[in-house]
Amino acid sequence: MNITLNGDPLDVPGPVSVTALLESLAIDVRRVAVEHNLVILKRAAFDATIVHEGDNVEIVNFVGGG
Amino acid sequence: MASDHFVIADRTFQSRLIIGTGKYPSNAVMAKAHEASGADMVTVAVRRVNISDRSKESLLDYIDTSKMFVLPNTAGCYTADEAVRTARLGREAGLSNWVKLEVIGDERTLFPDNEALVEATRILVREGFVVLPYTSDDPIVCRKLEDAGAAAVMPLGAPIGSGLGIQNPNNIRIIREFSRVPVIVDAGVGTASDATFAMELGADGVLMNTAIAGAQDPVAMAESMKYAVRAGRLARLAGRIPRKMYATASSPVEGLVGR
Repeated sequence: MNITLNGDPLDVPGPVSVTALLESLAIDVRRVAVEHNLVILKRAAFDATIVHEGDNVEIVNFVGGG
Repeated sequence: MASDHFVIADRTFQSRLIIGTGKYPSNAVMAKAHEASGADMVTVAVRRVNISDRSKESLLDYIDTSKMFVLPNTAGCYTADEAVRTARLGREAGLSNWVKLEVIGDERTLFPDNEALVEATRILVREGFVVLPYTSDDPIVCRKLEDAGAAAVMPLGAPIGSGLGIQNPNNIRIIREFSRVPVIVDAGVGTASDATFAMELGADGVLMNTAIAGAQDPVAMAESMKYAVRAGRLARLAGRIPRKMYATASSPVEGLVGR
């Protein structure tokens, strides 16, 4: 299925949970925040939230800044 | 002086120096500079994870979060909506409900959009955030931010990354006089004396990034800033002498030989 991840199109097998999506991208769940279709998810909701075809996902983390 | 702790909202900090995590030559140098600075709060930015290149090291691997309080910022946001969204993401990515709130109004100067800043402060305070807004060195704006619930106000000394030092000392002095919350001079420091000067003017703390990260030796500059902030704070508390137009002798005028 096709989703939009951080602004870019991405083809991933799915539907898939946010936890599984992060795992497939080798992203440490403890260090990111995820927005799913403009809704910011609590970490506890990563397992239960399912990403479907056409969904918009933003994954952010901390980088250097002032 | 030993008990001169720095309290913001419900947290107590040992150091009045807050430093950034951007623009260092490497993460290893950053970690050493953090150590040398004595700071116990660092700012970070919230950005999209680089999906295509996962080899990049994580910033948090180089921050000792047992010693350092991590303050996410909303740098790069140009509207209240963007800043609020970024603050909420920062809260989920991090460990606290604190935010260094930036709403930028102009790309070239990076001066704040104060109207949007006050609006975003109000929204985030209502959501339970501890908001530390980066603002113009304008006492009236600072008062509005405080009324909106800001936990501290952070007037700029000069444009971000400019290293110009405190451009409007009198405003910083007035902001300190007006404010009931901590005043943190944020941005514009170029070298140690700028940080000392900010503290002498009455600032409760100083926040800087480029002055340390961009120095030829960031670790040495970080150490100098530790002393600079401390020196300025002590001088402020000690109470300086009044300025006079003419000399007053330090040595006795009586008992001079040959008179």
